[in-house]
Amino acid sequence: MTEPILEVTDLCTHFFTQDGVVKAVDGVSFSLKPGQILGLVGESGSGKTVTGFSLLGLVDPPGRIVSGSVKLAGEDMAKLSQKQLRQLRGRRISMVFQDPMMTLNPVLTVGEQIDLAIRAHNKMNKTQARELATAALTRVGIPDAETRLDSYPHEFSGGMRQRVAVAIAMIHSPDIIVADEPTTALDVSIQAQILHEMRNLARESGTALIWISHDLATVSSLAERLMVMYAGKIVEEGPTAAVLRNPRHPYTQGLLNSLPAMAEPGHPLQQISGSTPSLLALPPGCPFAQRCPNAQSACEEEVPLVQEGESAYRCHFPIGGTA
Amino acid sequence: MLVMSVIVFVGVYAIGNPLEVLIPPDAPQDVRDFIIARFGLDQPLWRQYLTFLVNVLQGDFGYSFVYNIPVLDLILSRLPATLELASFAVLGGAFIGVPLGVYAGYRPNASSSKAIMGLSILGFSVPSFWVGLILILTFAVSLGWLPASGRGDTVEIFGVGWSFLTLNGLSHMLLPGVNLSLFTLAMMIRLARAGTREIMLTDTVKFGRAAGLSESTILLRHVLKLISIPIVTVFGLELGTTLAFAVVTETIFSWPGLGKLIIDSITNLDRPVMVAYLILVALLFVTINLVIDLTYRLLDPRLGGRSA
Ligand SMILES: Nc1ncnc2c1ncn2[C@@H]1O[C@H](COP(=O)(O)OP(=O)(O)OP(=O)(O)O)[C@@H](O)[C@H]1O
Ligand SMILES: [Mg+2]
Repeated sequence: MTEPILEVTDLCTHFFTQDGVVKAVDGVSFSLKPGQILGLVGESGSGKTVTGFSLLGLVDPPGRIVSGSVKLAGEDMAKLSQKQLRQLRGRRISMVFQDPMMTLNPVLTVGEQIDLAIRAHNKMNKTQARELATAALTRVGIPDAETRLDSYPHEFSGGMRQRVAVAIAMIHSPDIIVADEPTTALDVSIQAQILHEMRNLARESGTALIWISHDLATVSSLAERLMVMYAGKIVEEGPTAAVLRNPRHPYTQGLLNSLPAMAEPGHPLQQISGSTPSLLALPPGCPFAQRCPNAQSACEEEVPLVQEGESAYRCHFPIGGTA
Repeated sequence: MLVMSVIVFVGVYAIGNPLEVLIPPDAPQDVRDFIIARFGLDQPLWRQYLTFLVNVLQGDFGYSFVYNIPVLDLILSRLPATLELASFAVLGGAFIGVPLGVYAGYRPNASSSKAIMGLSILGFSVPSFWVGLILILTFAVSLGWLPASGRGDTVEIFGVGWSFLTLNGLSHMLLPGVNLSLFTLAMMIRLARAGTREIMLTDTVKFGRAAGLSESTILLRHVLKLISIPIVTVFGLELGTTLAFAVVTETIFSWPGLGKLIIDSITNLDRPVMVAYLILVALLFVTINLVIDLTYRLLDPRLGGRSA
């Protein structure tokens, strides 16, 4: 068995707001093998982005990682200084954000921005850096890359901008890229293109991907393993095929039922009733209990993670019964 | 500009009749008549204006009632003093204010940032003449370190004298310059701080950090470039305002610039000087706005300045 490149144990990231403590990430554990693609799905506000930021040590105040550990290639990131952390970011682990309109700086050329990313970790002269930048743009499928280096972000379409962001994230061939819904803001056809390009690039360079999405359909076509997140917790995890075919947690089932492809022709799509609970006042037990069709009084108690072969779930009354 | 010139002309006309100041009450009638005719004051207002307009278009702003030399020469002889003082003040205010503001915006909760903001509030709220007097009392009277009035030694370039080229001139410029720069300084601190705070929260900065950029690179390359647009705007306007209205400071420090000239000409009802001055000020603002607009195109690629 290969050693995991990333090991997250009981990660808790909380926001200390005026209204109280928001437990955005609450006891998340998982591990990632080199080159693996891991899907992280969940509704809006379930804590996916905050999980991603936590992995890079980029949680801004009032948020803070309150407990747990993130180990990159066996090294505990919490023990690193700010400077050492910075040296990891972009080189060993990087991130692509949701909205390509917001991530690039509108007043710097694309070339300048790639150059900044190169020089953050690599001293090289201008010509070398420019060659590297051209190669990076070409790799993500931008035609005429050399001249495009001198263009500004507004001269690119949304899809092209996201490609630039991907090129920046991949420039040092990191071990891990956290892709936070990188295609959500784009057209469907471009979504598919970027999806496939990123998968191929990751495969070529042996980069592991954590693909965040609220769209189960997109992720399942890509990821080897799936994690389903709900209100700051991982409620189910396992190989993609197993999770899709044999979901154990009622929330996962609910997500599957709401997919258009799963609906019987002529029947309306099923939705999960109710809405996400406030993270400020979570009940002690299962956060999904109020919306769950199978909830019983036992659900008000702490739910342990149940391991089952390669999968795991967090439910007292899983679909299909306990093993 | 034309509308502007009409307003100025009529406005200045309405202030008062210069004859009462210029001519001794006991002057004989023929002297009186001669002077009135000499300056064209016997004509109706619209004729005076037309004559004035025709002359201005030929570059002639008329003669000063008081100094009896061409107004343009008078203003041009005073311009360098104000130009160097105002530039000194505004440049100084910007070069010190922007870094302070960026720092305060980067670390909004640090006590040093709070001190910087306190300074900027003072700069806004304490009257300029009061600060001027305090500066004179402290550095000129009590400590005796710096001179409190005049321009000191000057060096001639293009036929006019400049103080900033001699050490003595610079020392004369320091107190009035500091006095004049306080408002600009306060403004720049505010502006840079607000811009920096806003930008630090954006995805652009977060993405930069995710790519491993150092904090100094983020501040110097991303933030500074992004806040430069409002900074340049205010810089231009401040330069214009300071050039045109350095009146209080120039009076307190007896700095022989335009501000003192305009105050003197208002007291003496020296109409041509007032009119020419105000028109030049308007011209100055129009020019500055034009330069700002052109600078925008260089700074913001979305306005289509450089690439196609
Ligand atoms: N700066 C902050 N201050 C307070 N609470 C925050 C802050 N940032 C995030 N949160 C809270 O953390 C929770 C998780 O947010 P997160 O952005 O991770 O959700 P998400 O799963 O990425 O959702 P989406 O699909 O909308 O991107 C949210 O409930 C949000 O209110
Ligand atoms: Mg998100």
